[in-house]
This record gives sequence, structure tokens and C-alpha cells, in this order.
Amino acid sequence: MKPTDTKNPEYYHKVVDCQYACPAHTPVPEYIRLIAAEKFTEAYMINWESNVFPGVLGRTCDRPCEPACRRVRVEEEPVAICRLKRVAADNKGDVKKHMPQGPFPPNGKKIALIGGGPASLTMARDLAPLGYEIHLFDEQIAGGGMMRSQIPSFRLPEQVLNEEVNYILDLGIHTQFLTYVKSLKEVLSQDYDAVFVGTGAPRGRDLPKLPGRKEADAHIHIGIEWLANVAFEHTKSINKKVIVLGGGNTAMDCCRTSRRLGGKDVKVVVRSPFEEMKASPWEKEDAIHEDIEIIDNHVPLSFEHENGKLTGMKFQKVKAVYDENGKRQLLPTGEDDVFIEADEVLIAIGQENSFPWIERDLGLDFDKWNMPVVDEVTFQSTNSKVFFGGDSAFGPKNVITAVAHGHHAAVSIHLFCEGESLYDRPSPYTNLVSQKMGIHEWSYDSSVAIDQRYLVPQAKKSLTLKDRKKEVELGFEIATAYRETQRCLNCDVQTVFKEDRCIECDACMDVCPTSCITFTTNAEEPELRQKLLVPAENLEQDLLVSSELKTGRVMVKDEDVCLHCGLCAERCPTSAWDMQKYFYSVTKANQMSTAFPPIEK
Amino acid sequence: MSYLKPQFKHPKLPKNKIGYTIKEYEGPLSTLCAGCGHDSISAAIVQACFEMSVEPHKVAKISGIGCSSKTPTYFLGNSHGFNSVHGRMPSVATGASMSNKDMVYFGVSGDGDSASIGMGQFVHVIRRNLNMVYIVMNNGCYGLTKGQDSATADQGSKSKAGSVNPFQAIDLASLAIELGAPFVAQSFSGDKQQLVPIIKAAMHHKGFAFINVISPCVTFNNNAGSTKSYDYVRQHIEATSTLDFVPEMPIITTKYDQGKSTKVALHDGSIIQLNKLATDWDPEDRVSVVNALQQARLKNEILTGLLYVNTEWNDLHGTLKTCKTPLNKLTEKDLCPGEEILEGINRNFR
Repeated sequence: MKPTDTKNPEYYHKVVDCQYACPAHTPVPEYIRLIAAEKFTEAYMINWESNVFPGVLGRTCDRPCEPACRRVRVEEEPVAICRLKRVAADNKGDVKKHMPQGPFPPNGKKIALIGGGPASLTMARDLAPLGYEIHLFDEQIAGGGMMRSQIPSFRLPEQVLNEEVNYILDLGIHTQFLTYVKSLKEVLSQDYDAVFVGTGAPRGRDLPKLPGRKEADAHIHIGIEWLANVAFEHTKSINKKVIVLGGGNTAMDCCRTSRRLGGKDVKVVVRSPFEEMKASPWEKEDAIHEDIEIIDNHVPLSFEHENGKLTGMKFQKVKAVYDENGKRQLLPTGEDDVFIEADEVLIAIGQENSFPWIERDLGLDFDKWNMPVVDEVTFQSTNSKVFFGGDSAFGPKNVITAVAHGHHAAVSIHLFCEGESLYDRPSPYTNLVSQKMGIHEWSYDSSVAIDQRYLVPQAKKSLTLKDRKKEVELGFEIATAYRETQRCLNCDVQTVFKEDRCIECDACMDVCPTSCITFTTNAEEPELRQKLLVPAENLEQDLLVSSELKTGRVMVKDEDVCLHCGLCAERCPTSAWDMQKYFYSVTKANQMSTAFPPIEK
Repeated sequence: MSYLKPQFKHPKLPKNKIGYTIKEYEGPLSTLCAGCGHDSISAAIVQACFEMSVEPHKVAKISGIGCSSKTPTYFLGNSHGFNSVHGRMPSVATGASMSNKDMVYFGVSGDGDSASIGMGQFVHVIRRNLNMVYIVMNNGCYGLTKGQDSATADQGSKSKAGSVNPFQAIDLASLAIELGAPFVAQSFSGDKQQLVPIIKAAMHHKGFAFINVISPCVTFNNNAGSTKSYDYVRQHIEATSTLDFVPEMPIITTKYDQGKSTKVALHDGSIIQLNKLATDWDPEDRVSVVNALQQARLKNEILTGLLYVNTEWNDLHGTLKTCKTPLNKLTEKDLCPGEEILEGINRNFR
């Protein structure tokens, strides 16, 4: 193999599994260390700079970082990254003084943001400090989009959302709430320099062809619409027996909200096997904890009704069968159909995009699925003035993805307004600094804690089920949070190898607790992977390969289960190994003009 | 500074025949200087014991005083150990071996512990042919007292402070052969590929097995002009052979040139397979070995590999004709079999 090019900013970035997996690439280990040091304000600001909604995401994020966490590969449970983020948000001091302070000198450009969700708000935050005049339109009464209408208050208290939405709106955004944009043509006819569409995936899927759907309509609701009605207090109660159709997180929110509005016997009925449900495992656990039965492998057949009143639903029992490509088919088991009693049904089987307000003669192409054609790098549509982001760009994902889209699209809009090429994008900001403080002393806590993941305490069920606004999770106590932070392996503190200093004493190879380092003769990658002390079979993880050493061997380090404990560097007599902290930050639109953006203060 | 090794291990760490991973043969974190050759030798011992599937409780590590003699703390953490008096490791090992002959004995010593203060003990343990593996971690200096020249420092070798050693060196391998040690090997801490099979063979050899390992002292004797530095040793190393240790009777599929390949069968049926690199050298011919060592010395070469092996000599238990059961397992009934038997013995003398 060729020596690894560690100058490529993505090499060390990839070693930081959590950050790499995060769509917004939040520097996770950095803020976890700050939480350990009880520097909550600083930890919050690292988050805010990157993911804009630390308080919201610390409660509701889909946490793609956690399954990626290295701890999963060496132990079992990932670091509770998401809930540690909440600790920073809960305990922060005055963060506003660290945020950009308006009013900003105008740059003469005007932008329209359609939809007030996470993508648009991220865009607003990135562009406002550059002097853009930003007009934000939303049909709701306040900003936040689906974070407000679909995430129930017992998971995300309204004041947390309001606080973080207001940090952005206070930057001088012109908001036009309770305004449904009916025509993109009309918006384009005004003097906006660019238009951003962040309208999400607002249409909940229905089951229009299922027998009885029309007749029993009064007691059948679309999940996300029903959740929005609850959030805006149009709906205040539900009948006792509720069936929720669907197995995603919306279904979990529907069933848990039902329990709080009067639902006593609430069942979730899902087509797929329990393990394959789309809902996050912890959301399923929380639902079960609230006495909600989850019935899997049941396909809805009909809504049953008497005299125009819903009485229940009929289901066919199925089992999952997989072909050789792993493709799943749900085949009937042949057992009798099942009738489940209900007097209200919530349909939460997915949501889709809907653009009735975009005229089809604006030079803005739609594909065969009726989705706008959007460039995956620039987020620009085929109408050069119109950009998309969040769920409206490529279909429903999650908040953190929408935030990442917002950052990228903001860079594009800024480049577009400056008349530059949209493909000439700024490189990430990176910094690699030695953590050596003296002989065998590091400026990070290199010891590896064996603690298992700590549980977040919850409020009593008897209290939370009575009040839909009572937050269920209480968040970590500071002392527990500290212990949880110690589980982080500091994967951003990189093992940097300098071959010209190596005397090949093999001390690093002998001491490495997880047998990551091998000195051997070079070979092509597949062969080299097999030649290591423990064969490197996780192909998703890279090998760090040195150039040839004096004895003709090379140093090969398998990044897979490295604990970043620093022992290789401590046992190295010549400092050929050094522990160096790698800071990687996606460059945002407001940081493009300065060479070294102000990330930490 | 880290004082503890993280407890996590690679989830796919291979297991040996008795179900242990190499972790079960390791010890706590070494406190020797970073990069010390001794740590590499410790790692080689760990590797050899893991590969041989030795039960850790059937191994005893015995040492004297010095950097080398500290190392048993850092390997085979689940085995027995005795850190004894300076230069007196062979006496303690003899006592231990006498009382329990069923164990594998590792004597770990250094150039000071063996070639100076312990020289008397060293020569006599060879003379008695005690069944043990005697490893000298030889760095040519007294590392624990800031790097003075030791008795194995080569004449003309330069110390870190710049002084040149005026005295002749004691060549421990030649001495051991001269004294009749039946298994003598020499190796380098930086060459585990050679060292691990040597240790494995030494463990299987019944009788005294001596391994002199050149082990650079990174702190006091790794400077230019030293003849025990990583660079010097790598440049002057000359192997007698490449060596494979085969614990069970193999199907012979040697890929070596037949004329150059030699096999030595040990008592227990295991085999050392050697691919000779040196000419005029036969590991079972003492004269040729002494000759090869002298020739190498003239050329400033360090001859490594298995130098000499003789499987015919009786070890101490054989010479003393001790009973089959280890002495420490004999009960009072075995030792005091009663008046009647005593009478019988006495009758024999009348």
C-alpha cells in the first residue's frame, strides 16, 4: 500500500467516527471534554456553531453519531452523545453574548426563505451576519417547522424550542408567520436575489383505498396533522381505544400523545417485524414503558364501522421472508384475519413531499416522482435562483440532516449572490495540535473508563401521562454526566506517526491494548489487512500505513478499535508517535471571508 | 502518565488451544524506559507462552536485581514469580525446580546480574544442567545506576558520556558452551521473528537452555559508537539460521534447500527445524559452534539464532535420580512409609 495521505482533511476526520457520521459534522469529542470540564457555555457554543439547535437536538436528534461510536466496537453501548449535548444546553450560562451581534451592515441582497423549519433557520443564521436581508415565510404561528408541529412537548418543551428559534430570529430576520405561500412565481416576481425552499415533507401518507376509510373518516386521522393539531391546541382529547398504524418515530409520538389525551388502550400496529421498525430503539422502549402494545407483522385490511362509527380494524397476519439479496417480502401466514377494536385510528405510515404551490413553468424541473431536481452538492434547482434544503430537497430525513442542508445551501446562495462558481466551495477548517504537555503527560484525559452507559432518569409515569407538556426525560445530573463523558474515547486525538523518528523498537506494537499496530512487510491492501496482528476485517475503517522504515518494513495501524489511550506515544522513546488533537469544522457561509473563522472564544 | 492498561481488547483477538487470548499472558504496564529492549523480550515471552498454550499457573518466573530482573512483573501476570537477591536467581530457581519439577521455569537476568555479581551462580547452574530457560537481557550497561559499562560491554564501545570501554567483554554465549550448556542461543530484542521460536524451543528443551538476548538500553546505551545500540546491532547481526519450532511431529514439507536444512528432535518429540545460513556450522557439533563464534567475533559480527543444542545430557533431576512425582506433592505417607519399610532398607545395608 502507498503511505497514507494524512494531509487529506478527510483522513483524520473519518477516524472521529461520531463526527464523521453526523450530517453536520459536529465536533463531538471536543464538546464532550468541555462538558467534563463543566464548561457548559463553551460546549453549547461548539454545538450551536455546528448544529444550531443543541437544546432541541439534545432531546430529539436521530443520533446517527451513536451507532457509529467506536465504543460500540470495543464494548457494546455507545457514549450517550445526544443526552450529553442536552447537559450542555441545560446548564449553559449566557450564550447570547458569544453569538453574532446585530444589526449587521446590509450587503444589499435580499433572500426569501419559504418554510420556517430547521433548514431555513440554519440558512437564516448563516446568512444574516453577512448582511443579507432575510424574509422568512411560514404558515404556522411561530418558527420551528416540524420541530414545533410534530415533536410532542413531552419530548421537547416549547420554551427550549422557542429559545433556540429566537436566537436566530433575533439576528434581524423579517418573519411573516401565518402566511402560506401560494405561488413560487409570485415570490420570484419580487426582487429577491435568491429563494430557499425549506417546506419539509408536509403531507402524511393515507390509506385512501382501504375499505371503510371514507365511512369512518370522522375517527381516522393522519398522524402528523393530528400531532400538529395537538401542538396548536386544536385537538385536546382522544377516545379510549386507539390504534396507531405505522412503525416510525411519528407513530411513537402519536401513541404516546394519545396516552396523554385520554387514550387508555393504545396499540401500535405495524406491518414489519418489531426489530425492523423504523422507530429508534429508545423511542420504542419509551412507548412500551407507557403501556402501549406494539403488534408487529400485521397488515391493515379494512376499517370496520357500524352506523358511520368506527368499531375497529381488520388485519392480516404476515411473516417476513428474505430472498438471497436480503430483500424483504411480507407473506401471509395463512392464519385467520385479526380484528382489533378501536374507536380512533391514527395513520402514521410515512410522509411525502408536496409542492402544489410551485408552478411547473418556472424552469424548475421535477423528476418522475414529482420531486424537484436538486443538485446534491449545491442544493440548487434547475432554476438558478431557487435552492432547496431539508426534507423538501431529497425527501424526509431528520432535523440534523436539515441543518446540514441549510449550511451547504447557505454557502451556495452566498457564492451565487457574489457571482462565484457554486462548485468552488470552501474547504473545511482543520487544525492538528500536539497534546504533549511533558514526558508522558497529555492535555487530554487519556485513561479509558470501563463504565457502562448511564441511563437518563425519567419523570414518574403517573405524572407525565397526566400532562402532555411535562417532559419525560429529566436529563443527566452533572455528576452522572461527568461519568458518561469519561466513556468518550477522544477519537479526535489522533495517533500521528513520523517514520523518520522511528527506531523500530516495537514498543508501540507490544503495548497497544487492542493490538492495532503491526510492523510488517508491505503488501497490497487486502493482503496487508490479513497480515496484521489481528486481521483488519472491518473494511469501513482505514489503515494508517507509513512509508518504508529502515529494516524494510512498514508500520500499519488499523484504526478500527484504537482506544486513543496514548500508550503507543507514551512507550515511544523517540516521539515517533504523538497524540495530536484534530479539529475539523465545516466552513459555514458566514466564515467564508475570514481565513481563521472564530470558532471558539 | 498512564499507570494502567485499558481493559478493553480487540474483539477478534485469536484464542489458543486452551481458550486464552494473548491478554491472559500479559502483565501490568511496564515502568521501564519507553523503547527499552527488555519490553520487547517480555513481549516475545508472552507471545511464545500464548502460542505454546501453556497454562499460566504452570510457569514460574524467577529473577535477580536490575532492569532485566524487574521485567517479570510486566509479563505473565497470572504466573508465579520470585524477585530474588542480586545474582542469586539460579539458587532460587534450583530450589523451586527441585521441589516441583512439573513447572516451566523462566530465569530472567541481566548482564550485571549474570556476568558480574552472579557469575558464580551462573556457571554452577550450567554445570548442574538445571531444567530451565535462562534469559539474559544483555544491554552492556548498568541501566539502573545510570549506564556504567558492564562486564559484557565490548572493548572499544563508547558510552553515552563519550568514554571508551578499555576492558574485554565476557561473551556469555561462548562461556555457556564452554561450560557445557546443552542449549545455547543468541538473539536480538528487535527481532521477534527469531526470538519467539527460540524461546518456544528452549521451553521444550529438557535441561538448561540459555538465551543471550542483545537488548539495547535506549536511555544509556543507544548512542553512536555503542556496540549494543539498535542501529549497530541491526548492521552487524548475522544469523546462523532461520528457525522454526514445530511442537508436534510434522508432515515434512520443507521448502528449504535440503543440503542446508537441519532438524533437531527434542525429548518430547517436538522438532526444531533450522535453515542454515552460516557455513561450517553444525548446531550439534560443539567445536564447530565455538569456531563459528570466534570467526564472527573476528569480523565484528553478532552471531544470532540457535547456536548449540545437545539433547543427550541428563538434567539435574535425571542426574540425581529423583522420583517421578514432584517432591512437593509427596505426602507424609510417601516420605515416612513406616517402620517395616525402614527395616527393609536397613536390612539391605547389613
